[in-house]
Amino acid sequence: MSRDTALVTADWAEKNLETPGVVFVEVDEDTTAYDGGHIPGAVKIDWKTDLQDQVRRDFVNKQQFEALLSARGIANDDTVILYGGNNNWFAAYAYWYFKLYGHGDVRLLDGGRKKWELDARPYTKDVPNRPATSYTAQDQDLSIRAFRDDVVKAIGVQNLVDVRSPDEYAGRLLAPAHLPQEQAQRAGHVPTAISVPWSKAANEDGTFKTDDELKELYSAAGLDTSKETIAYCRIGERSSHTWFVLHELLGEPSVKNYDGSWTEYGSLVGVPVTLGDEPGSLEG
Amino acid sequence: MTVTSCAAPDQAAPIPASVDLEKETVISGVVLAASGDPVAGAYVRLLDRTGEFTAEVVTSPAGRFRFFAAPGQWTVRALSRFGNGGGEVSVDRGVNEFQVSVS
Repeated sequence: MSRDTALVTADWAEKNLETPGVVFVEVDEDTTAYDGGHIPGAVKIDWKTDLQDQVRRDFVNKQQFEALLSARGIANDDTVILYGGNNNWFAAYAYWYFKLYGHGDVRLLDGGRKKWELDARPYTKDVPNRPATSYTAQDQDLSIRAFRDDVVKAIGVQNLVDVRSPDEYAGRLLAPAHLPQEQAQRAGHVPTAISVPWSKAANEDGTFKTDDELKELYSAAGLDTSKETIAYCRIGERSSHTWFVLHELLGEPSVKNYDGSWTEYGSLVGVPVTLGDEPGSLEG
Repeated sequence: MTVTSCAAPDQAAPIPASVDLEKETVISGVVLAASGDPVAGAYVRLLDRTGEFTAEVVTSPAGRFRFFAAPGQWTVRALSRFGNGGGEVSVDRGVNEFQVSVS
């Protein structure tokens, strides 16, 4: 994977709004963002109601994913361009999710809604009418998804990358600062995890930094590219952003996203937790 | 669903009753253009005392933003199609209100 196959610019997007076989998909938790104006022709996927099982804490299964994409009029051979707010957090999460279920050609719009807005590019409130398709998904590709036991086994052995803000990593905050801080789980980070906030991979306008800047960022933070890597955050979408950088832009072969992330790990009984700004060790 | 999102809640909504203002440190305010009009759809970023990104929200139709942080020094920075602005703030527990002008 590389920038050429994983990312499109806002200029490219604006020129290809009506190109057959190209489908724009907005992914936001805040569905009012789409309803208040979106990129012309784009359909909407709601990460919480469309991509999460509504009973268990897990993803929709293969059949549900097939039904979702069929209903949105997305075909197996379509080029899917994902974008959203929050510096593309949820779009990156959806990108990882599309890869998990084996979609062939999926890309992120560099900068997402923010770059589109700051460039003063056009929005519409018109909802497109795409005929339903008959989408076929693959079984989940578990080479890009980590579970809690994988994380515990990785302590001190593989790269663990905590992409939350430094204050969340250290345990001074329990959630991103736009959310109330009262939470059930313990504060801190997985022992031996390095802290590389997702935001360091992005420019102020939400676009990704250059490959050279990104390589320097992770190398300076101590990422050992000869080892496997697991990225995590609080619920798995900021770490999708970092998974995208490492696996899709820089082409690192073995990178997993831990979607359970801190809301699961910080609630587990008996696992080690480190407080403070240093990675810490398994011994505590 | 027990998992709450990492995305920002509606910036125009009142602070939920479940939020304890004895414990929370709220940094809120309005983004104003050079004309004095509120700027909807501006991106407001909260940077920590070292300048590291901590959070970002999009302003409401009335130009409002809100963060839940901790007491201390922060930087609030706004980006918009009308320009950018912001500055350092010092906050305590409770509601801390600011105006940010962009140009």
